[in-house]
Amino acid sequence: MTAFGKLIRTTAFRLTLVYLFLFALFAASLLGYFAWNTRRLITEQITSTVNAETEEIGDIYSRRGLRGLVFTIENRALRPGANLYLVTTPTGQAVAGNVGSLAAGVMGSSGWSETEYRRLDDQDKTDHRALVRVTELTSGFRLLIGRDLEERRRMFGIIAKAAQWSLLIVIVLGLGGGVFVARRVLRRIDAITGTTQRIMAGDLSGRLPVGRSGDELDRLAENLNAMLERIEALMSGLKEVSDNIAHDLKTPLTRLRNRAEEALAKSGNETEYRTALERTIEESDGLIRTFNALLMIARAESGQARDNMDDFDAADVANGIHELYEPLAEEDGMTLHVKTVPAPLHGNRELISQALANLVENAIKYGKPVAALQPLGADAASGSREILIEARRDGDQVLLSVTDRGPGIPEADRRHAVERFVRLEASRTLPGSGLGLSLASAVATLHGGDLTLGDGNPGLRATLALPARARVTERVAAQMQDVPQKVA
Amino acid sequence: MTATDPNMRLLIVEDDRESADYLVKAFREVGYVADLASDGEEGLTLADTGDYDVLVIDRMLPKRDGLSVIGSLREKGNRTPALILSALGQVDDRIKGLRAGGDDYLPKPYSFAELLARVEVLSRRHGGPAEETTYRVGDLELDRLSHRVTRGKDELTLQPREFRLLEYLMKHAGQVVTRTMLLENVWDYHFDPQTNVIDVHISRLRSKIDKGFERPLLHTIRGAGYMIRDGIR
Repeated sequence: MTAFGKLIRTTAFRLTLVYLFLFALFAASLLGYFAWNTRRLITEQITSTVNAETEEIGDIYSRRGLRGLVFTIENRALRPGANLYLVTTPTGQAVAGNVGSLAAGVMGSSGWSETEYRRLDDQDKTDHRALVRVTELTSGFRLLIGRDLEERRRMFGIIAKAAQWSLLIVIVLGLGGGVFVARRVLRRIDAITGTTQRIMAGDLSGRLPVGRSGDELDRLAENLNAMLERIEALMSGLKEVSDNIAHDLKTPLTRLRNRAEEALAKSGNETEYRTALERTIEESDGLIRTFNALLMIARAESGQARDNMDDFDAADVANGIHELYEPLAEEDGMTLHVKTVPAPLHGNRELISQALANLVENAIKYGKPVAALQPLGADAASGSREILIEARRDGDQVLLSVTDRGPGIPEADRRHAVERFVRLEASRTLPGSGLGLSLASAVATLHGGDLTLGDGNPGLRATLALPARARVTERVAAQMQDVPQKVA
Repeated sequence: MTATDPNMRLLIVEDDRESADYLVKAFREVGYVADLASDGEEGLTLADTGDYDVLVIDRMLPKRDGLSVIGSLREKGNRTPALILSALGQVDDRIKGLRAGGDDYLPKPYSFAELLARVEVLSRRHGGPAEETTYRVGDLELDRLSHRVTRGKDELTLQPREFRLLEYLMKHAGQVVTRTMLLENVWDYHFDPQTNVIDVHISRLRSKIDKGFERPLLHTIRGAGYMIRDGIR
């Protein structure tokens, strides 16, 4: 496509053409209206002047006779810029006036007519047009009074010229403006196209140029930039995740392979083989778990699990998880408490249970107080080995939280801790896939909520904030007053 | 591992040659008669004519997928218990499988011990007696109506969840019950805890029913799960 072809295909240029046509039409009708009115006005003026003079001269004739008439006519005909006058005898002989020749038959009929004429004193021998009135006087003499139409013609000429010029100006300015606007828009669109092509070619860091005018193109560019920002973040997230997957899956796979190789290489007895095989199975079970967790997160994040949602009470989930983990916590020397109020939810019960289970498992694993931080002699050792599961309502949110009295997570690390495969330094030695918090976070996101890690003063408080089931909000709020808090 | 019923007939419908051979061999080793079909059509024909106690059906099969095989069988009134094996292990896939008429669902990869335990439970359910009101294992007795548990002359006090755990174990007395089966059937959770939660519950239960008695009833089956039984069979 040629540059010109591209230009005239732009929306801006096409719009300009439409406007141009409309403006020309408007200008033409305005001038037409003006011309028509001017003509009417001039004609009316001539008519009334001629009528008045005809009456006046008729009056003079009836009072002073033919001589008075001729005298008056001759007198008036000589004035500069005079009207047209002609008096003829009943046989058609000119008696007085300033008209030299006239179209045939004009004098014969009384009333108004437009006619070609030539003045007596006319030097350039050209015909002019005039509007004339012919009246018959009492004695058969005929009187013609008229006015030259040159003035009206000139006025018309001026208007016609004005129309031509304005049309020309409208077209030139319109086309010029159209080209200007179209080229400007085209340049910016070309810039956007260029950037998007670079991005498509793989350079995700490219951003569209944003002007300062804040017009629709700028807003579009800003929005596209925000979208690109998000895509870039997702892409780098994906890359990070695949790096992490590669690391966290390859490491156990390598271990597994090494172990099998080692067992093969050395000629061990049956017990040694057996141990090697058992550890291989253990390792692959761990791998499967990691894999399942990853799939689960991917599923939660893609929103597929939305099909399996129903209504239930978050308090039941909290109590169920408490019941399941309470013995495990106790075996680990910790106490698991639960505190719930009715908190209706709409969601995937299984996933929310698993998310809460992950938080509880984390609390059991990492929530033990650090010995060095214990105040001397205090009974903190027993008092702080506690974990609290809570289900409560806060406005239009349901909060499921797990609070421990452990070392907590430094504020700077909290955001990082939710990411996939992240295991903070302190926990590197403990078993786990590093996916527990990510899964909990993905589940929260799936339900339109979020997972926050806060301060348990001391310790860690992990909270799943999920939107409450709207329909029953009032009913439950009414119940809340008489439902005693259940503490286990 | 010992099979409950050495005459049990099994149909395995699996298109992957290696896993199919492994399954057939493993089931024959524990004394089952195991037949193999390698696609959906063949599986449907065999299941329709043969007299099987349990069907083990892969979900994704050539010619006809596993869910449709089960669906056709159920339509014809064939109620042979079916266990679905699938690489799709998510909760909603499981629900879909059970809705299609499957009786159990096991995501791949699985351990053979888990599969065996589930197949045994399924077969028992199929041909076994109607649910009894009292379960007895040795001198341990559980009354499902009055929720009373006694061992010999002693009455045992169990928490509601411990009662349900014992109830499930006793219902399948003499069969291996895996941790996942317990989590699914007693707690109704289908996720995979990263810790040994179930073991702790079992050891609590064990301390109540076996502690202080000469003969332990609740046994740990290494690499598989648990079993409640009276002595050596």
